[in-house]
Amino acid sequence: MKVVFTRPQSLADVNTHYCPGCTHGIIHRLVAEAIDELGVAERTIGVAPVGCSVLAYNYFNVDFQEAAHGRAPAVATGIKRALPDRIVFTYQGDGDLASIGTAEIVHAANRGESITVIYVNNAIYGMTGGQMAPTTLEGQKTTTSPNGRDVNTVGYPIRVAEMLSTLVAPQYIARVAVNSPANIQKAKRAIKKAFEVQLNNNGFALVEVLSTCPTNWGLAPEKALKWLEENMIPYYPLGEFKVPKEVE
Amino acid sequence: MSEKLLMKGNEALGEAAIQAGCRLYFAYPITPQSELPEYLAKRMPQVGGVFLQAESEVAAINMVYGAAGAGARVMTSSSSPGISLKQEGLSYIAGAELPCVVVNMSRGGPGLGSIQPSQSDYFQATKGGGHGDYRLLVLAPASVQEVVDLTILAFDLADKYRNPVMIMGDGLLGQMMEPVAFPAEEKRELPPKPWATTGWKKDRPKNIINSLELQPERLEMHNRRLQEKYARAAAEEVRWEGYRTDDAAIVVAAFGTVARIARSAVDAAREKGIKAGLFRPITLWPYPSAALAELADTAQAFLSVEMNCGQMVEDVRLAVNGKRPVYFYGRSGGIVPTPEEVLAEIEKAVNGRCEA
Repeated sequence: MKVVFTRPQSLADVNTHYCPGCTHGIIHRLVAEAIDELGVAERTIGVAPVGCSVLAYNYFNVDFQEAAHGRAPAVATGIKRALPDRIVFTYQGDGDLASIGTAEIVHAANRGESITVIYVNNAIYGMTGGQMAPTTLEGQKTTTSPNGRDVNTVGYPIRVAEMLSTLVAPQYIARVAVNSPANIQKAKRAIKKAFEVQLNNNGFALVEVLSTCPTNWGLAPEKALKWLEENMIPYYPLGEFKVPKEVE
Repeated sequence: MSEKLLMKGNEALGEAAIQAGCRLYFAYPITPQSELPEYLAKRMPQVGGVFLQAESEVAAINMVYGAAGAGARVMTSSSSPGISLKQEGLSYIAGAELPCVVVNMSRGGPGLGSIQPSQSDYFQATKGGGHGDYRLLVLAPASVQEVVDLTILAFDLADKYRNPVMIMGDGLLGQMMEPVAFPAEEKRELPPKPWATTGWKKDRPKNIINSLELQPERLEMHNRRLQEKYARAAAEEVRWEGYRTDDAAIVVAAFGTVARIARSAVDAAREKGIKAGLFRPITLWPYPSAALAELADTAQAFLSVEMNCGQMVEDVRLAVNGKRPVYFYGRSGGIVPTPEEVLAEIEKAVNGRCEA
């Protein structure tokens, strides 16, 4: 029988700690597939965030550094500047990237730092137990917005992809979702492109991936996918916001 | 050694870092150390190195973390309020056991304080600053020449112990100009770093740079290992200088800039027939406690002179351990004490009129 589907080599053969129905596993796989297909595992260095994907270094078969909360783009900058011919990527959640680490992501993007950022947005703080994130939707209930996010007191959910697209230096910025097979395929293409941009020395690339948090949303995995589609995608539209003028 | 050059402390430090093989430097401007980023902005590209002005001190120290983890010799510098911002990163770097050099050309505090020289970051440098049980090796130069020598040593110690090393100067040392000689140019052999995340060639296990250990027993083991490392450093890396201490009845303890003033005061005291001596710690951590304890066998009293409200005096007291009276004299707010002031304190201590 012909084997048509196997574990990517860059994905370690270990159990993950993610909750049932969480889409981190899918996104990990897409990143690992991209690394495999580009044949860059031996020169890739990942940077893990603080948050649900804090243990990402255990799940990828590449060298990894674990960064402090929000600082992954600065850590990645240090690695890339020390080893300019390596492929450096960060894997960050929305609490990490869009809250405590906004300065670091904005300035790494603005420098055109040649790194790839996988930004997982599930509209909530997962690891710390379901508190409000900067990406929590208007009216969305969390443990620290028990009556629903009130934009009059805490502001509006931040659209990171759009915000960073206003900068001159970033080469590739896209938003994808992993709620359906078709969207997963699109997400795969965007993630691979984000690595290709770095590989061709084109600078900064970020893919925002809309993801689910069934545990903290209080929804069954399937309903969480539907919630993502019905609530997140209308506010966080999918698509490519910046594409390189010429991808070699 | 090279012929002598007249250089500012901050600039000499930058040149010494380059000679030590440092090729990556991340910093954010702050007075009174901005000549250092300015110097390296010009020099690093000339030697194929990287100067990057970070968006903040927090980003700068995390860039250091990344580059150190990638196996580079890397440095950052700042002054007191900026060093406070770097404490988060320093705790992580110490936890992940990465080598790097951090320069503090300190100024008056707390808070925004002033831009004048001060030594009020002694606690922060030697007792922690960031969270968790960790230590920095802290070197305190007292001249521009020593800035050069200790900077080169700092990089070697950082690699030897896989630990951040702090150069603790102050605004005066950073700004003053003195003649300096650099070691003869040589190709420096840098130690191999098989633990660095340089890309996984599959001929070794993948390298992970990390300070997370969720299992309490394993975290405790990690902490025990760190403490053993610090104990090794404490045994091997203590440095100090004694000046006229052999027959001293009163020993003045002072480090860095103020030690030079104390030295003049010691000479002036000797001229008056007072047997004074100077004990100058060069490593603030590990603190030269044993040497000080030994002096307590012969000296009658100690006087700690500092540009702060009394920080190192606690370590002097610990070392002297109640054997002899320990007095303190300090100026703060960015004021540098004069030799006359220190001499007056020596005389007071000798006459036993000083408050303990």
